[in-house]
Order: sequence, then structure tokens, then C-alpha cells
Amino acid sequence: MNTVPQKREMYVTYSRADKVFRGVVTAGALTSLVVLGLIALFLVVRSVDVFRTFGVQFLTGTEWNNAAFDETISPEFSIGPMLVGTIVVSVIAMVVAVPLSIGGALFIEFYAPKRIYKSLVSLLDLAAAIPSLVFGLWGIQVFTSFGVKWSNILYDWFRWIPIFDVEFENFGRSPFVSGLVLAAMVVPITTSVAREVYSRTPRDLIDTCFALGSSKWGAIRAVVLPFGKSGVIGGAMLGLGRALGETVAVFLVLNLSFRYTYRILDSEGGNVASIIASKFGEATDFEIQALIAAGLVLFVLTLIVNMIASVIVQRSAGRVNR
Amino acid sequence: MSTVEQSSNPMEATPQKPWARRPDEVRRSTLKLAAAAVVALVVVLFTGMAGFDGWAITLLVIVLVATLVTSRSLSSKDRKNLLVSVSITALAMLAFLPWLSILFSVVTKGYQALHVGYLFNDMRVTTPDDELSMGGVGHAIVGSLIMVAIATVVTMPLGILSGIYLTEVRGRLTFLVRFIVQSMAGVPSIVAGLFVYTTVVRTMGEYSGIAGAAALSVLMLPTVSRTAEEVLKLVPDDLRSAGYALGARQWRTAFMVVLPTVKSGLITAGILGVARVIGETAPLLLTSLATNGFAFNPFSGTLGSLPTYTFSLLQYGTEYAVARAWSGALVLMVIVFGLFTIARRVGRKK
Repeated sequence: MNTVPQKREMYVTYSRADKVFRGVVTAGALTSLVVLGLIALFLVVRSVDVFRTFGVQFLTGTEWNNAAFDETISPEFSIGPMLVGTIVVSVIAMVVAVPLSIGGALFIEFYAPKRIYKSLVSLLDLAAAIPSLVFGLWGIQVFTSFGVKWSNILYDWFRWIPIFDVEFENFGRSPFVSGLVLAAMVVPITTSVAREVYSRTPRDLIDTCFALGSSKWGAIRAVVLPFGKSGVIGGAMLGLGRALGETVAVFLVLNLSFRYTYRILDSEGGNVASIIASKFGEATDFEIQALIAAGLVLFVLTLIVNMIASVIVQRSAGRVNR
Repeated sequence: MSTVEQSSNPMEATPQKPWARRPDEVRRSTLKLAAAAVVALVVVLFTGMAGFDGWAITLLVIVLVATLVTSRSLSSKDRKNLLVSVSITALAMLAFLPWLSILFSVVTKGYQALHVGYLFNDMRVTTPDDELSMGGVGHAIVGSLIMVAIATVVTMPLGILSGIYLTEVRGRLTFLVRFIVQSMAGVPSIVAGLFVYTTVVRTMGEYSGIAGAAALSVLMLPTVSRTAEEVLKLVPDDLRSAGYALGARQWRTAFMVVLPTVKSGLITAGILGVARVIGETAPLLLTSLATNGFAFNPFSGTLGSLPTYTFSLLQYGTEYAVARAWSGALVLMVIVFGLFTIARRVGRKK
């Protein structure tokens, strides 16, 4: 009478309709994979010739000549200074943006009056939605005058450091100013990731700090900062990826030049994305292949940075959810 | 007052916040800050520190010094706490300043070239140097709308399918799909433009709006997918279980229970995707270029757009052209912010 029912084995069967449904959804989800694969494929196929012709020289050389008006010489393409310039501008942007983002995120989450908390978060979202074109427009029309002034101050005080020395005291359209414009563009992205992570700090840990007599800063340093570290690093990497691949904001501000330079205040610098935009209009067929090769380099660079970022962010998110 | 009332009826004590700053304290510190601001202004006016940035730096220095001096009586712990508060607030102000400056300059500078009919005229018979009361941005708005509409029609189903895959189907490729969507979000916009140029533009043999729309789709898909996934994650598992318990198959549960629940959220995903791509310039420079007059055919010939309109006028560089560029940026920002507000409204309605 009182038999205990056997534990049943659980299993799932999908009807034909379900199988179709799952197939269609999987196919839809895989379009991203297909598109990403196609991008890589087409960039590689179209740039093979360029890499075969110039080899490593393409990545290190300083010559860009499409020989459109001179039949006697052969065209030569290389993006060395552009590649270095891209990294220089992005590093300047990150050096400025990361402290600002951490400060901004901590302020919104822990210091701002609770009444304006919501408006600040909305302002952050809006700032992240400002098109990069507007940053470029603002950068060249409004910000450059400030940037030049600060460059002057840096030059006056620190010109004994080689990177702050210049050849011509011109200062506008320099990697430094472009980097600051990029920083303004990256800060919203990094800040919103950092704020998100900080806001998930377990409340009881913070309360424990206060109960042990810690000050607000003590609690932040002991709990919030270590807790949010990997998330902030991931957010910074996302911002770096954005900075490396940005076109118009840099193109409008920076004066492109095919010369290696370490002087960040001089009005010349390089940027891979901008060189693509600037040379594309009047490019010869082979030149377009060279630009596609440059695009491939940029694609690989940002892909690596973004993959590292997404691994870090996902790992920290996993830890938070536990 | 309140303490008297409290003591008269101790059983009904109103909750208090003894840690909150009293109103007179707030008033006093506001006054102090205002005084520091005025002192900073005086310093700026009578010394070499010029401009708004000079004023801000002077103000920061004055506040820091004042904090250092007045906090001498505190313990070193409290003192450090106070100094860090000031520094973090200063950093945050510095972080917010560029955006406020951008909003301010877009409105004040973009206002100049606005006139009746600015939104409805094109630049067919107007050169960039003509009076600001002529010409307009109509053709660019139309072009942007056409391309963004095509991109939305393409990416919305794909993005939602990808979200459903990650939350409902949960197949073996879940990790891969999530990873790919993340990586795709980082594809530089100019690379998307190059890709579409080598495929679509080369095949068609001409620049076209459909090529621009394809490039925008590449950039829009990850945003839509990610937001759709986030939204679908919020559906409680109870609802799915209830669906299955009533005998519904998985597809029926997904389409008749889960998706209707998050309809507004999915609309939000679409709007955020649109806001993400409507300001993209670089890919359009390689795919759809720009026009001077109204054009409506996305399948053949160049198509204007707001970003390329602004960009090319800025490149033109004369005073009137730049004023028109700022107005283009203003229109663009109004559209983006409008979309954001709508997304927020829709998202909140549950």
C-alpha cells in the first residue's frame, strides 16, 4: 500500500516543430559568426597581394606612394607610423580616461547625493550615445584651443622629457590633443562598465567595514576597489578597443603624417583608421587593396583587445553572480 | 520642533537620519564652495590663469588647500577620507565636463544655421557658402532614415533570434555565440565599411544606400543581440515552466509566452541599435557617400545621410559651411536623444 514511487528518469523529446524552431533559431544566432568570418575572409583574400608584395615592410615602412602620376616608379605602401600612432593616441586616451572613469563611477555610486543619482546615470547613458562624429566636431572646433593651451603649459614645464619636446611650437592637431578627445569619448564607456560593477558590490561587505569603524574611503579601498578590479580592467579594455578603431574623431583632429615620431605635442601623428578614410577617396585599385590590408591589421588588433576584454568581463560577471 | 513633537509622543517616533548632514551644515558648505568659486574667479581675472579651465583648476586648488587647512584637527583617517572625497568629486566633475561642453556647444553653435524649412530643404541649389537661411538637411534625414530602416529590418529578427538562442534554446554553442557577439561589437566601424565595400559595392559596381545599410547592419547586430539577450534573461523561469506544464511545446512557449512578455524590451533593443548606428560616419564614407539633393532609391546611386552631410561640410571648412555642420550635428543629437528617451519610456512600461 505505502510503496514509495520509483524515481522517474527525466528526459526531453522535441517534436518536429520544436526541431524546426531550434534549427531556425540556431541559424539566426550563427549569422554573427558567419558575418565575422566573412569579414575576416574577405579582408584576408583582398589583402594577400599586398602582404605578398611588401611583406613585413608593410607594417614597418614609412612610405605611401600610389605612383598614380608617375609611370616610372612602382607604388609602395606601408603603415609603420600609422600603426605606432594608433597605439600612441590610444594609450594617451586610456592614461587620461581610466582615472577619470574610476573617479566618475565612484562618485556616481558612492558620493553623489541620492537625489541626482538617477539623472547622473541617464547623463552617462546619453554621453555614451553621442556619435563619434560629434566628438570630432567638438574636438577640432571647441576643444583644440584648450588642448593647445595645456600643451603649451606641458611644453614650458616638462620639455626636458623627450616626449613633451616639439620641433615646431604649433601644438594643434597633435597626438596629445587627439588622445584627449578620444579620452572624452572613451570615458562614458569605461565609466558605465565600472559603475555597473561597483554597484554590484555586496552591501553586507560594505556594512561590515563601517561596523568595524572604517571610513567611507576605507570601505571603498578594502572592499569596492578589489571587488570591481577585473570589471574595471575589462571596461578599460573595451574602451581601448573603441579608441584603437575610432575613425572620424581622430581624423578630424589629428594631422596625419608618414613619419615616426615620439613627440606627442607636435602636430603630426598617425592613425590606421584615419589613413583608410583619408586615402580612400582617390585611391588606385592596388592602393585600395593596401587600405584593406591596413583594415585587416586594425581588425586583428581590435579583435585581440576585445576578446581579452570580453573574457575578463565575463569572468568577473560570473564571479559576481555566484 | 520635531524633537519636541517626538518627546510628546514617544510611541510614534518618526524615523531620523542622525548620520545625514543637517540643513544648516549643507547651507554652510554651499556658501563655502561659492566663496571659493568667487575667490577663484578673482584669481583668474587678475593673474595669468585664463579661461574656464584655469578657473576650474584654481577652484580645485583652493578647495584642496582649504580642506587641508581646516581638517588639521581631525584624525588622520578622517582627514584622508575627506581629501579622497574632494579628489573623487573633482575627477568626476572633470569626467562630466566634456559632455556638458559638447551639449552646450552643439546647441549654441547648431542654433545659428537653423531656419524655417531647414528640415525640409536640400542642398541641390545651395552652395555651402550661401546665406544660412537657404538650403537644409532634408535629403540627409531622408537618406539616414532609409538606410537605418533597412538595417533595422535586417538586424531585428537576427538579433532577437540570437537572444532566443542564448536564453531559450541554450544549445551547445551558447558560449561561442556570446563570445562572437561580444567580439563583433568591437569591430571598428571603418572595417565594417571596408568589408561592405569589397563585397556589396564591388559586386554592384556602384555606391548605394543598400551598401550603407549593410554596413550599418554589421554594426547594429551586436547591440540588438546583446540587449535582446539581457531583456530575455529577465523573463522568470516560472513563466516557461507554466507554459510547458500546460502542454505547450518549446516553440509555442517561446513565441506565445516569452516573447509577448518582453515585447517592450525588444522594442527598446531595436531603438538602442538605431541610436548606436545613426551617427556612424566612417562606414558610410566608403559605401553610400553623400548627395546634395533628395534621393530616395537605396538600390542605385549615392544616398545622403546626416553624418556624411555634417562631415563633408566640416571638411569644406568655410564659416557658413561649419555653421551648417553644427546644425547637422544638432539634428543628429536631437534624434539620438529622442530615441533614447523613447527607449527609456518603452522600457519602463511593463
